[in-house]
Amino acid sequence: MATDHSRTAARFMISPSVLLLLGWMIVPLSMTIWFSFQSYNLLSPGTEEWIGLLNYEFFLTDPAFFEALANTLLLVGGVLLITIIGGTGLAILLDQPVWGQGIVRILVIAPFFVMPTVSALVWKNMFMNPVNGLFAHLAKTVGLQPFDFLAHAPLFSIILIVAWQWLPFATLILLTALQSLDQEQLEAAEMDGASALNRFVYMVVPHLARAITVVILIQTIFLLSIFAEILVTTNGGPGYASTNITFLVYAQSLLQFDVGGGSAGGIIAVILANIVAIFLMRMIGKNLEA
Amino acid sequence: MGSIRLKQVSKSFGSVEVIPPLDLEINEGEFVVFVGPSGCGKSTLLRLIAGLEDVTTGTVEIDGQDATTIRPAKRGLAMVFQTYALYPHMSVRKNIAFPLKMAGLDKAQIDRKVDEAAETLNLTEYIDRRPGQLSGGQRQRVAIGRAIVREPKAFLFDEPLSNLDAALRVNMRLEISELHQSLETTMIYVTHDQVEAMTMADKIVVLRTGIIEQVGSPLDLYRNPANLFVAGFIGSPKMNFVEGPEARRYGAHTIGVRPEHLEVSRDGGLWQGTVGVAEHLGSDTFLHVTVAGIGNLTVRAPGEVGVRYGDEISVTAPKERIYRFDKDGRAIQ
Repeated sequence: MATDHSRTAARFMISPSVLLLLGWMIVPLSMTIWFSFQSYNLLSPGTEEWIGLLNYEFFLTDPAFFEALANTLLLVGGVLLITIIGGTGLAILLDQPVWGQGIVRILVIAPFFVMPTVSALVWKNMFMNPVNGLFAHLAKTVGLQPFDFLAHAPLFSIILIVAWQWLPFATLILLTALQSLDQEQLEAAEMDGASALNRFVYMVVPHLARAITVVILIQTIFLLSIFAEILVTTNGGPGYASTNITFLVYAQSLLQFDVGGGSAGGIIAVILANIVAIFLMRMIGKNLEA
Repeated sequence: MGSIRLKQVSKSFGSVEVIPPLDLEINEGEFVVFVGPSGCGKSTLLRLIAGLEDVTTGTVEIDGQDATTIRPAKRGLAMVFQTYALYPHMSVRKNIAFPLKMAGLDKAQIDRKVDEAAETLNLTEYIDRRPGQLSGGQRQRVAIGRAIVREPKAFLFDEPLSNLDAALRVNMRLEISELHQSLETTMIYVTHDQVEAMTMADKIVVLRTGIIEQVGSPLDLYRNPANLFVAGFIGSPKMNFVEGPEARRYGAHTIGVRPEHLEVSRDGGLWQGTVGVAEHLGSDTFLHVTVAGIGNLTVRAPGEVGVRYGDEISVTAPKERIYRFDKDGRAIQ
């Protein structure tokens, strides 16, 4: 690709895919932006009109919006916390030589293959149900009152379910990172008098920093848009106790048939996601530099 | 401080015995080199002394105390690894300070000791760099710095120079030797390079398949190799071995002559041969001579020798320079 001629040819050859990708992104985005400035309700077709920023004003002054925003951040933060701490622990355990290591590893990865709606339903009906659930049975055997997770701690329950789904992902990434740690470094640290805890703090954690960064970035992208788990378990309730931004947009545009309001919410969600992304990159992005 | 004694130490990995029971004594202040071909168990032996591997049987004594079950950190030994094993996320200063920090020294003391070590090893300029920004020789020095700040009873080196280029290797060899002279601490050094062993050691331990073949000073091993293996391993170029009727004339199964002891003349010598390749090094000339009925001989002739490919020459081995070995490869005195 050295000559000017070949460089021009290369640009020409990749241009169709670039244009396709650009269109793929631009068309829905601009349509959403266009709808967000319209009064557009599916219940009253034919009355669409330009209303400026009214949809945004409506969405941003809705008390549900702030609750949903807080829920979104709690959900993302909670799941990240559980998966990274739990994932590091599991990765260290799985790195130890045990009999049947291959099967154990597949078992650990398994939750990732279960689709979100199914796993959420399994948790809802078989674990957290206050009458038939496993947790209720456990509580009863030790003489405690069964706890109705989804009614009394809906957000926490959803965090638990989502964390269970994402733990394998974090474990997998952290395990591969752990396996690339130079054993001689650990031995040198051992000779230098570092205890097991010190070796973890001074050798393993810094080595895992980059992998943890990757886990945080990738998971954040997906966790911002958690939807199925909320829909099949709590439906965002009670009240707005387990509604995140994604679910609020859904409720706005599809339950209330308000396409304009929903679009405005969608654009706000995009902006928020970008704020989170900038924030994250500033905080931990330097870990990705070699 | 710094004497180490191995008593009937053996090591097995599963059912494979890597090191059969052996005894070895290392005196205080000695520079001991474990040398042998790869896979001879020399690194394993070093790791047994360090405590990074558990012995299968036997005891390791350090300064007269049984250290067999003591953790590596508590044995008071420092190790320099083949890959240096520097901590990549820490600066040179933090790398060298790490053992002191783990020992719980206060900051002023740590700084003073690190500065001292950096001074000794010419690292002051690079003290705030990361290992990734250093050259091989500098990394090597950081690894040594990390070892010396601990003021250990003994240093363990595991093939520390094998990742360096030839010129740097010669330099570092000198530096390590000088370090040994100034610190007067026991050093155990593992290498597969007999030149390193010969130039640095007070005492060489030649190992093969986990068995100690011979222990002695470099010149001891050079002059009186106990068997064929040691004779062939020590000295460069390798000793020439001759078997068959020629050897039987000397009452041995095999005879050996070092290349530097063979004398070259135009004619009238012991063996007549044809010169193959002649390697002119300036100070020496290595001649590869084919002698009928004996085989190939390597001859080291001093200075520049006017011999070319295909020349007929005569080679003589002085009688007192011929080593004799019996059927099992043991030296006949």
